This record gives sequence, structure tokens and C-alpha cells, in this order.
Amino acid sequence: MSASHSPASHTQTIHRVEVRPRPGCVDVRGSSLLKRVIADGGVNARVIDYAQVYLISGELNQSDLLFISQQLLADPVTQIAFAGTSAQPKSGCTIEVHPLAGVTDPAAESVELAVEKLVGKVVQVRTGERWDFHGATKAQGETIAEKYLANKVVQAVHVVPYMPTQFPAGAARSVEVKEIPLLGLSDAELEKLSRQAHLFLDLQEMRAIQSYYRGLAREPREIELETLAQTWSEHCVHKTLKSRVSYKEKSLAIGSPSLLGRAGKISGHVSGDLGELVIDNLLKHTVAAATHSLMDATKPGAIDWCLSVFVDNAGVIAFDDTHALCMKVETHNHPSAIEPYGGAATGIGGCIRDVMGTGLAAKPIACTDIFCVAPPDTHVPKGCLPPARVLRQVVAGVRDYGNRMGIPTVNGGVWFDPRYVGNPLVYCGVVGVLPRELVRGLVRAGDRIIVLGGKTGRDGIHGATFSSAELTDSHADEFGHAVQIGNAITQKKTLDAILAARDAGNKPLFHAITDCGAGGFSSAVGEMGKDIGALVNLDRAPLKYDGLTPTEVWISEAQERMVLSVPVANIAALQNLCDDHGVTLCDLGEFGTPNKELILLWNGLEMGRLSMSFLDGGLPNPVREAVWDGDWHARYGPVGVSFGGADSGKISSTTSALTSATMIAPTHIHGGLLDTLCTLLAHANIGSKAWIIRQYDHEVQGTSVIKPLVGKFGAPGDAAVLQPLPHSTRGVSIANGLATGLAADPYIMTLAAIDECVRNLVCVGTDPTKIAILDNFCWPSCKDPRHMGSLVRASEACLDGALAYRTPFISGKDSLNNQFTTESGETIHIPPTLLISGLGIVANVENAITMDAKVAGNMLVLVGLTDEHMGGSHRSMLGDFENMNAQLPIVDLEMGPKTARAVAACIASGCVASAHDASEGGVLLAAAEMAFGGDLGLEIYLDAAPCAKNISLEERAFGETPSRYLLEVAPNNISALTKMLDGVAHAVIGQFNNTGLLVVGHEKISVDVLRSAWKSAGDNW
Amino acid sequence: MKSVKALVITAPGINCDTELSQAFSAAGAQPESILLSRLMREPSLVDRFDLIGLPGGFSYGDDIAAGRIMAALMRREMYPAISAAIARGTPMICPCNGFQIAVQAGLLPGPAGDSTSTSPPFLNLNAQDQFKLSSWPRTAATPTVALATNIGERFHDAWTRVEIPNNTKCVWTRGLSLVENCDMLPSAHGEGRFMTDAKTLEMLEKRGQIALRYVADENFNGSTNAIAGICDPSGLVFGLMPHPERFTRWTQHPWWTRLSTHERSTDTLGLSIFKNAVAYVNDYASSQL
Repeated sequence: MSASHSPASHTQTIHRVEVRPRPGCVDVRGSSLLKRVIADGGVNARVIDYAQVYLISGELNQSDLLFISQQLLADPVTQIAFAGTSAQPKSGCTIEVHPLAGVTDPAAESVELAVEKLVGKVVQVRTGERWDFHGATKAQGETIAEKYLANKVVQAVHVVPYMPTQFPAGAARSVEVKEIPLLGLSDAELEKLSRQAHLFLDLQEMRAIQSYYRGLAREPREIELETLAQTWSEHCVHKTLKSRVSYKEKSLAIGSPSLLGRAGKISGHVSGDLGELVIDNLLKHTVAAATHSLMDATKPGAIDWCLSVFVDNAGVIAFDDTHALCMKVETHNHPSAIEPYGGAATGIGGCIRDVMGTGLAAKPIACTDIFCVAPPDTHVPKGCLPPARVLRQVVAGVRDYGNRMGIPTVNGGVWFDPRYVGNPLVYCGVVGVLPRELVRGLVRAGDRIIVLGGKTGRDGIHGATFSSAELTDSHADEFGHAVQIGNAITQKKTLDAILAARDAGNKPLFHAITDCGAGGFSSAVGEMGKDIGALVNLDRAPLKYDGLTPTEVWISEAQERMVLSVPVANIAALQNLCDDHGVTLCDLGEFGTPNKELILLWNGLEMGRLSMSFLDGGLPNPVREAVWDGDWHARYGPVGVSFGGADSGKISSTTSALTSATMIAPTHIHGGLLDTLCTLLAHANIGSKAWIIRQYDHEVQGTSVIKPLVGKFGAPGDAAVLQPLPHSTRGVSIANGLATGLAADPYIMTLAAIDECVRNLVCVGTDPTKIAILDNFCWPSCKDPRHMGSLVRASEACLDGALAYRTPFISGKDSLNNQFTTESGETIHIPPTLLISGLGIVANVENAITMDAKVAGNMLVLVGLTDEHMGGSHRSMLGDFENMNAQLPIVDLEMGPKTARAVAACIASGCVASAHDASEGGVLLAAAEMAFGGDLGLEIYLDAAPCAKNISLEERAFGETPSRYLLEVAPNNISALTKMLDGVAHAVIGQFNNTGLLVVGHEKISVDVLRSAWKSAGDNW
Repeated sequence: MKSVKALVITAPGINCDTELSQAFSAAGAQPESILLSRLMREPSLVDRFDLIGLPGGFSYGDDIAAGRIMAALMRREMYPAISAAIARGTPMICPCNGFQIAVQAGLLPGPAGDSTSTSPPFLNLNAQDQFKLSSWPRTAATPTVALATNIGERFHDAWTRVEIPNNTKCVWTRGLSLVENCDMLPSAHGEGRFMTDAKTLEMLEKRGQIALRYVADENFNGSTNAIAGICDPSGLVFGLMPHPERFTRWTQHPWWTRLSTHERSTDTLGLSIFKNAVAYVNDYASSQL
């Protein structure tokens, strides 16, 4: 069996082919790099030439080589192929970048497949890039390579053309059962073992394992320990959020509510001996409790459209009588920190697999992406990549994976803060559609364990445990193997085959399906077999190369693999479908064992045996200490100062490594409101993301109704709307809420994020009674009780917000330990970051609306009260604001939902021409976006804005009070609107016109200038 | 009117097959998707169809270059069946990846033929035109046009306004009138910059083989002469970078919320293109009776 794993013998000749643009054809890649290098003020190379390099090992004759180089690798019209190594520039240097051995190389896999199909020979291929720098020294070439071209975690840089004599090949190893002595270890030795073996289990967990094996009177085997470490990792089991928490409050800022009074009033919340709040299983009694309370059929108006919550790979809601929608949002932060392109690509790839593995397989119909990164000019500590490169590469990763899968990326956002320098956050969401009768699968004893899709390699070993650890400056070296590179086409084929197997007959060919994500087979098979056991023949897994140990096969996180539970009778039919689609099928074993055990075999030899009950239920659940210290949080994390400028010194006490001076050029803030407006429009968080959006195919599948950029000039839409079924005009809307500006109190921040997500959805015409939301926590290490305290506050706000808005959480995920320790021992914590993603129903897409202003003469109505609390606002980040009230604005849990419902009713009545959510940057900014989106002038009267008390024009213009909406309404509809908004503060604050000018008091500016300011944020990416 | 059957060819990485099928349906045809692996085993399956669609996507990953592997497979395994179908008068549409495949598989720009023949041979269906159709070569020609990496290097998704040259003989686009807001199509690709040599360009222009152009200032990928789509000399085979199958409903238009119900009452440009070909098939069938 294992001989067939080796694609080609390594003794064969290697042929080298270079493909470059034909003379006279533009070298787009070479000239683009040159432009970038010059723009960044780098080395002044005269010309940069690019060539693609193919290294092909196999028994090829001259005519084979001629066919491969001239017809397969080069385009006869635009390119020339050269067999061998062409001359290097006379004055200049040559740099080549090649993937390291073992790193997935999709182009190479394509060439191997094509040569096999077209030439009929089996070859082994590696690809690389050749760059000839004319007029640059070797050292300069290497600098360019390091800065723009190569990441040493996955690629090697060669300073001469690379021509290996043979490819490195894995050698089959002899397999032995490896025991890890544990029974006699002291506590200190247990902890040392946990760290050295990359288990990342804490002492209590190591002790639980020790005591389990003492009971068995034997030492654990390596594969068993690894299985426990994967299954019990934070990434897989969310042990922090599920733990019992003791919460105290040390200090509260003005406006921050105390949570201590919840003891005894809310299920699972009790008072401790010292007056602290004790919450038993935080997740269950906050996020999940909201959903279960809203679904409680004994209550009037109970939500009946949630079909599956928290139990599957994605949450599922009803779409119509026949179809259901599901959504999952994942993060892929740690891998993206080390290799942004592969990390982001496999992030979206993994989330797509979650949706493919929901129920009996859903079809992915949309992707979302939200990135949190440091501003480009942040000081970069050793061990971190430059933030601009991180952002460019994560965008490219999502682009190349999502586009190849044929799934439109329709919604997203970017948030900049220097504290993300060591831990960029990459959130990837996926929405799927599936028939309602296929919402649940059930593994049956006797079913075969079938793996479809990619082969297993050493890539991604320890991803689950790695993602649950804190990053340090040495992690790139230590955890390079945790990084995966995806191959989207393998997954696309697998998706096609799975959907065909689902829909082939009256019933799917399989009983259950899940994806291989973190922990690989160990998590997928362990999870599927947890109630009945599983017998796994690890030697049967198709491998990318020889030499993997059984443990590596078991925990590898190689991409693009799905696990199915298939009755024996259906195997042949499934095999036929897979053959048609070119998908590899592997029978790994059988579900169900007599004692409900997990049994791992290698060629019949038992490598490991674990009881499912210990694996699933043996994790200790300690009490975690949580302290809310509002003063400390305010000191450590007011976002305003993190943008540098005059205040940047304030953060030096905790994070001296971080400065970012030019993210906002504070040149305009001494002028009038409109100068400030222009500065805010160009702010990186607010300005145009068109450079990202347009790299994504956001229209594939033909379902888009409201696109990310709307109106004739591509203004920022509030939410995406899709029509998933061709014959029904019922729609789905997708949006997100992120309020990291308010991170100084995560309770307030979380409510604002939920409110923002709802507002975005309402603004396109979503039915506010049919909105489901998802939570994705990205937090610093919660071993620090102060971070645990902030996590408690965010969780409690999830409960309060979801109940108030009647928006059930259907799925969620957390990524903890997002902090980076620099070489000098300083730790950079990310701001606590909670993404709320929303999925809503639009009854009829033809009634959906957009935010671009439509008609001159229409009135601008502001709905919702504005207050003077400027804390966390983008205006406050600019600084230079005398007597600013720095309190954080908080959502009114009665008025917020009431306003959302009232606005939705106005939109449903058809009297609203456009609607926009007033969020980052405030009312004046949102109004400006509507005006330049519709290319209309606007006269705006800020003194008419409804306010709780008399506040300044600047506060009215730029305050970020939640729960406010801007509506464009025809004058003759105003009285009808007023009736529908009964009991909700609102006022006409402006009128659109044909002047092309925005007028505020004595100030005026052309909307073209405003649009240019907004667009300028997307320049130079 | 007979039932018009449309073949949609799929393969690993093809991902616009569903919307292409939906567009055929909306235009009144009956689409059927068949995997290339099955067609290669049984090329005569092509004979059952009145229309052929080669959809967009990233066939076989597009990792070497867009469409390269699928084109090589089509050239080797499918060329006789497809050229025979064209010779029978079967219209074929190849959006995006389909276009990239078609130009490398020898299907576009099609046989150079008699260089003196400048009049569109298919505007009138007569016996002479039939003869020309059967003049498709038996082996696939070497590519003479290419779709190179966009001038901006990156993948780009955008709607652009388009023009249909007056002299085009393309059965998919000829005769369509473009009115404001209905003169746009969406594109989404990384390799769409149309390139060819001067001689081929002149021939394509002169013979009415340019089927679609971007308006000059919206030629985002840097195509020669702003060419967005071409057809073969018969006008049957249409390759284009934009995606007409993504504009068959008004709610797919990027600013449909700005348009009145009246403005949205006509067929969209995408739907018109598909209906044009279905009408051609019906006319052609009745001309053969």
C-alpha cells in the first residue's frame, strides 16, 4: 500500500522550464512589483522581469518536454517557454522563490494531473518564481524578496536559479507503539511535558489524564495523549467560555452597569460567599440561554424558525417551507499571523467546509470577511510581519480561495488598531442553503468511515493546540508546520461530489457528514463517533508523501477533507460519483465498537485505545477567576490613543512598541465641521474598501441583489441581500456589527455591535423579527482575571442584547490568547474584539432598498436620539477636542429594538427611498455617504437633530450614539412616516438637492470632494 | 416551437454552471449539465443539443494559466464533437473561463477561411452558408488570440458599460439595442486582457467577429480595442469575458434600486443575449423544415 503513496522515484532527472512574457507583451507582475518597490521608496531597480519556473521530475523524452513546455505551460500568443536556466542579468541579480518541501503547491499538482492526463506519464512537479532585478545588487534583491515576495515559513529564497538534483522525498518509517511515561511525573514535570510536547494542556488537565491512566494501570501512548490534547484544546472545546466563573467588580467607569445584581435573577447566576457573581457554565447561561429563552415554546411569540442551534458545524434557520439557511463564522488568527496568505485562505476554506458539513450537507452561497490589523506604519516587533503586507496577503488568500470555490464574498470590514500587530484577526463567515428535511444527520453503528477530498500530509500538525496558545517572537520557527496552504479546487470537486451524493436519489448516500478541521481526523472521527465509538485504520489514509507517523496522520490538519458516515450498501454508488468528479475516496474504518471506544490501528497493530466517555467528558472544569477593573481597562485600552498623534505617548506605559503616526493625518481637525468630515471619510476604518471588495467575485452564482458597493458610484452599502433560489423572490440579508472603539467596556461594546448588526440589516429591508446572529470572540489570554472579567461582561451583554432585540444566537466561536510577547518580553494584548454576524430574511427582494440618496427634493430624516457621550468615537480618536465627554454611549435596550422595528415598518410601507445606519463617524458622515452615493447635494441642519439635551454641533455631527438611522423620504410621505415613528425620536434634518454641494451652516463642500476623500483610503494598496 | 436543449459543460473548478443553466431556462431552453469526464467517455452526447454553454470558473484550478488544462483536454478529446456541432449550426456561448478555454482549444476565433469573405455569412440562412459552416477544420487550430493577466494585475469584479459593434455577425449579440442602464454587464476575472497580433485583429474587426466591447473608458483589464467578446466567422461561437448569465433579472443590476418599475420592465441585456440565441435556434430549425 505505502509504495503507491510515493508519486515518483527521487532518482529521476529533473527538467527545468521557465515561462515568461513574450518580448513585446507587458510583464504585468514584474512591472507591478517595480511600481510598488519604487512607491515604497525602496531599491531603485531599473527593470524587474518575472518568470514562472517549473521543475519536473519524471521519465520524459524530448517530444514530451516540448509538448509540456510549449503547449501546457506557455501560452503561444503571449508567452515563451525556455527549457533550462536562462542567463542572469549582466548588471543585476536573480532571486528565486520556491515553496519549501512538503508545502502544498496547487500549481504543481495541476501540472502533475495535466501531464498524467495528456502525456500519460507520472511526474513530480515543484513550481517557483524567478525575478530578475536589473540594476540591483544581490543584497538589494534579497531585501525585496524578504519584504514583498517570500515568507520563510513556507518558502525558500535562492539567490541563484534553483536547480536541485533531486526532490526531497519522505522515507517510509518503521512504526512502533510509543508510550509516554506519565504516571510517575510530578506537577512540574507534567507542565513541562505539556509545553514540550506542544499539548498546551494546563496542570489540572494533565492531572486528570494522569489519574485516568493510573486507573488503567498503564502509561498513555503518544497518539492517545495527542488525541486528548486536540479534543480538549480551547479551539475545539471552548473550555474557557464553558467554565464556571467567579466574577468580581473592582472599579466601574461612569455609565458602565454593574453585573453583580444579576445573581439569583438569571438562571445559572448565583451570589458567592463574598458577594461575587458566580456563573455556572458562562456560555450556556448567557449566549445559549438567550436563544433557548427566545425559542421557549411555552412563552408567547416564541421563535419557531431556529432549526438547529449550537450543535452542528453551523447554526440553521428556516428560509421558507422547503429550504433552510445556515451560517458559520470562524477565525484563523494564529496561522494568518505567521503566513497571512495561507492562513486566510485556509480560514475561509475551513469555514466553507463547516457549512458543507452542516446537516446532511449545505451548499455554500456567500462568504463574509472581517479583518482586524495594525495600521501600515505601526512599528513591527521582531517575529511579526509588516501590517500592510498582512492585509494584502489575507485579502489575496480569501480572494483566491473564495473565488475558486465559486462562492461570492459579499460582506466584510476592516478595523485598524496597532495592538493587532502581532495578532491580526481574520474572521471568515459562510452562509449555506440546504433542504429543510436534511437539517440533521445521524451516525449509525456499522457505517463506514469515509474520507473524501485531499490527501494527508504533515501540514497543519498541531493547529488546534497552536491556535490555543499565545504567540511569541519564536512562533514562526516553532510552528511553521502548523501553517497550511489550501488547494481550493480539491475542495470544489469534493463539494460537487458531496452535493451530487446528497441529491442523487430519494435520500442522501450518507447518514452524517462533518469536516476535518482543527485536530484533523482525531476531532472529526472522535466527534462523529462519540456516542458509539469508532475503529480507525490509519494506514489506509491516502498520503501526500511517505514518512508520516500514525500520530501525524491522525492529527494532521491537511486541508480539503470531509468525513462521511456511509452505509455499506451505498459505498459503490458513492465511489462512482467520486470517480466522475475526480475525488479521492478512502475507507478509514467503521463507526461503532462494542465498548464505545476509539480504537486506532496501523496495519492491524493497535496504536491507541481511548474510552469515548473520558475523551468527551473527562475534561476538568475549574472555577475561573474574573475581575472587572474598569480603570485598568480604560488605561490600558482606550482606542483613541492608539492612533498616535499627540496622545500616542499615553500608551507607552503598556505597549511602548506601538505607534502609528500617520494613520490619520491630523491636519484638518482645526478647521470646520467639513474639514473634520473629510478627515474622517479618509480614515482607514471608514474609507472605501473597494480595493478589497473588487478583488472578490461578489456576484458568482448570480444571486446578488444588494451588493457591497451600491449606487452608481459604489458607495458603502449597509448589508448584502441575496436571492438564493432562482424561482422565489424571498431573500437573505447578511451584515455584521463590530464596535471595537468601545472596548473600554466590553458590555457596552457588545450591545453596540448587536445594535449595529441589526441596524445594518434593517436598513436594506430585513424583517427585524427574523434575524439570527452569531458571536465570535477574539480575546487576550483569559488566564488573566481582568481579561476573563471583560469576557464575562461581553457574554452577559450577549444575553441582554439578544433578548432585547429578539435575535437568537445560532452559532459562535471563540479565539482566546490573542496576545504577542516580543523579544524584550513585553506583551501586546489585542483589544477585546467581538464580531456579531447577522443573517436575516427579506420577504421580497424587490422591496429591498439601498443607502444612496435617490431624488432631489426628498427629506433627510434622522431617527433616534443623539447624546454627548463621545467615548470610543472616531472623532475622539482624532484628538484635539476640548472638554470632550469621554463616557461611552450605551444602547438603550428598550428604545434600540423599538426603533429598529419602527424603521423596518417604515421601510416595509414603501415610503423610504434610501436608508443608512449612522455609525462610525456619526450622522454627518453617514449623511455625506448618502449624498455622494446618489450624487446629490444636501443641505443639513444639525440643530434639528433630536437630542436628549442641548449638545454641541460637533457632538451632533460626529457622536456615535447607537440606534440611529438616516432615512430619505419624499416630502409628501413625511406625515405618514411620523405616524409610523410614534414614540421614537425623529426629525427632518435636511433636504437633498441638485446642487452637488453638502451645506452645513456656513460651510459647504462639493460631494465629489467628499467622495474622493472617502475613496482615498483605498489608495496605495 | 420545438424544445431547445442546452448542454452546459462542467468540470472540476467550473463554478458558473448553475447560473448559466438558469439563464438558459429563463430564455426558454432546457439546460442539462454534463461533466467533461462523462463527455470525454461519450462525445456523441453533444449531438443531442441545440445550444452549448461553456461556463465560467477556475477549471482545474487555473493554476498554470486560466483555462489551460481544460482547453488541452477539450482540444484532444472534444474538438471533433464540438466542431461538428458548430458545423450543424449549434450556437455556443463561452463566458469568462469558457472564453479562456475556447481561445486555447482552437474554438475561437475559429477558421480564418477565405479572407475575401467579408459579408456576414449567417445573416441569411442559405445553402452557401451551410457549406461554410462545414468548413470548420478537423483538427484544432493553434491559438491566435489570448486573454492575459489584467493590466492591474489583480482579479477585478465590476460592471461596465458595453457596446455591440454594428457589423457583428454574432448570433448572440447582433440586433440587440442598448439603452441606458441596460447597456451593462458584470465581469469578474484576473485574466481577461484580450491580445492578438495586428493581422488577426484587423481580420476580426473587418469580418464582424467583434461581438462585444467595453466602452472605452471602462476597459478595466486593458484589452486591445476594448474587446470584451468575439465570435467565430459563422457568428455561432461567442466567447466573452463578461457574465451575461449574471444579468437575467433586474435585481442583479448594481443600481436597480435607482430605476423605476418602467425602466425595469424590459428584458435585461443578459437575458436578451440568451433569448437571441434561442430565437436563432428556433428560426434555424424552421428554416430547415
